[in-house]
Amino acid sequence: MMTVIASAGLAVNERVEIRRNRITGSAKGAAEKKRVCIVTGTHGDELEGQYVCAETARILSENLDKLCGTVDIYPALNPLGMDSITRGIPLFDLDMNRIFPGTAEGTMAEALAADIIKDISGADICIDIHSSNIYLKEIPQIRINEISAEELVPYAKMLNCDFIWIHSSATVLESTLAYSLNVTGTKTLVVEMGVGMRITSEYCRQLTAGIFNLLKNLGMWTGETEEVREPIVSGERAVDFVNSGANGIFVPCVEHWVDIKKGEHIGDVIDPATGKRAEYVTAPCSGKIFTLREYPIVYGGSLIARILGGDDNA
Amino acid sequence: MRKTVIYSIQSPYRKPLEITGFRFGQGEKALCVVGAMRGNEVQQMYVCAQLVNRLKELEREGCIAEGHEIMIIPCVNYYSMNIGKRFWTMDNTDINRMFPGYDLGETTQRIADGLFKGIQGYKYGVQLASFYQQGDFLPHVKLMETGFTDHTDMTDFGLPYAFVREPRPYDTTTLNYNWQIWGTKAFSLYTNATDDFDERSARAAVDAILRFCVKKGLIRTKLPGGYVTEIIDEERLIQIHSSCAGICRSRVRTGDEIRSGDLLCEIIDPLEGDIISKIYSPVNGIVFFRYNRPLEFEKSVLYKIIKI
Ligand SMILES: [Zn+2]
Repeated sequence: MMTVIASAGLAVNERVEIRRNRITGSAKGAAEKKRVCIVTGTHGDELEGQYVCAETARILSENLDKLCGTVDIYPALNPLGMDSITRGIPLFDLDMNRIFPGTAEGTMAEALAADIIKDISGADICIDIHSSNIYLKEIPQIRINEISAEELVPYAKMLNCDFIWIHSSATVLESTLAYSLNVTGTKTLVVEMGVGMRITSEYCRQLTAGIFNLLKNLGMWTGETEEVREPIVSGERAVDFVNSGANGIFVPCVEHWVDIKKGEHIGDVIDPATGKRAEYVTAPCSGKIFTLREYPIVYGGSLIARILGGDDNA
Repeated sequence: MRKTVIYSIQSPYRKPLEITGFRFGQGEKALCVVGAMRGNEVQQMYVCAQLVNRLKELEREGCIAEGHEIMIIPCVNYYSMNIGKRFWTMDNTDINRMFPGYDLGETTQRIADGLFKGIQGYKYGVQLASFYQQGDFLPHVKLMETGFTDHTDMTDFGLPYAFVREPRPYDTTTLNYNWQIWGTKAFSLYTNATDDFDERSARAAVDAILRFCVKKGLIRTKLPGGYVTEIIDEERLIQIHSSCAGICRSRVRTGDEIRSGDLLCEIIDPLEGDIISKIYSPVNGIVFFRYNRPLEFEKSVLYKIIKI
């Protein structure tokens, strides 16, 4: 059932509406009261979650007899951004993932944020799907703030992702949807995968399989599931950043998510006018490349890759 | 005056971005003023340019006190300004959300780092800041409360109002906050414009900064007398939100003294022209902020009133 869970008046003849599709199964069982939320579209230039929502909704509605409990799908928390290929909220130049938990007494964006939090709160699990941005391609991964790692990692492992990145807490991230939900007791997992403005269908199917596996583990799904992959957990392993040292266009010579040795060639930054190589980019450590630059033009400082260091790294 | 490049960064398709500082006097690093960090902060740049101009004159007249250095950086992000963008050209990030910066990080982190290294060690720092919100407001000075800077220093600018703000999580990456953490007493100065320049309010800002310099013994000059500054806790500002969306017809201006129950504005239906809402002041006070665009949406902040 489609419901508008938050809305506000725009200047001329229109309201912005945030919608939720609630799918409740007909199977009876212990999980009847359980609820899982799938949330995406906070950033209007991230589209991978669109296909995950669509696939999940399609499979569930064709198999309601195998679903016990409720799955809520929120395909666009920032509908105006989605509609105009704008990362933030168009009217405000504001990153929507910096205004949670919001407040009913606040501005339009803050009031919408508060309504979103209210609607999701109390779910058994919330999955917040992001897809990097147009600059970087990410292997399907779950990002977890270290303060909630113990509680969340077991669920993250069910989601068929390749990698779980446990990162340290930064104060600026306190205003994200995931942080706001986690601190108030609604377990929320942040997925990052693919690249902005695109759909990588294999990643979307991979995560969708993970979502059904999670539902099965929660006792909410009796239909078919696939064998899920065992993710690498960052844990003690260091994450190294590779930033460009020069300007130009970056041309990679490695595949995403491959093993790489320290000093190995990742790609080149070249000057498009002369063809001269401005930088020979190498791996600072041995490990696996989980983030790889997608957008070719780089400045000094542009992120080229993130590498998950191997166990053998000191 | 000594003109120096504080930091520069190469671009693949443009001449290098050179952040330029203008230094006056020699000796102890006394005051640093930073202007436009966003591409739309034309007024902030203009105020700094006028300041450079006045300081050049004062320097010729020998009115800069010995043993002190004043540095002005009118424009950090002219790359964006030159192409009509607000945030960084390439990735749309905000330099004023990247402090203290990181020299091995992303481009805007590197810019923040390079700039910050060049402006550390000053006793006082002033940033010409702009609001996220579109609107007119009374010129004022603001202090991010970190416990480091004395509130009373704000009165030396001689502006009518000074505000103290409790830092929120996202404030911790701003220049003002980090300046204080690294030992500079920092203030943000707001004038009544951003995208356009407003001559009168720019002059008021230039005078305020020069007045501060006089009070701190950095320059000698005669200036119009300032105000007795009222220091206000940001919590004392009453925000008035719109109840519905439409066209906003304001009936008051910034600086107006209003009584509880006075009409602030009417909201007009944008297609049929009817008045669909009237907004009245809930308090006695001074109009400090007024939204200044014709179209407004539900829950827009239309006014901020200093309660009296
Ligand atoms: Zn995102």
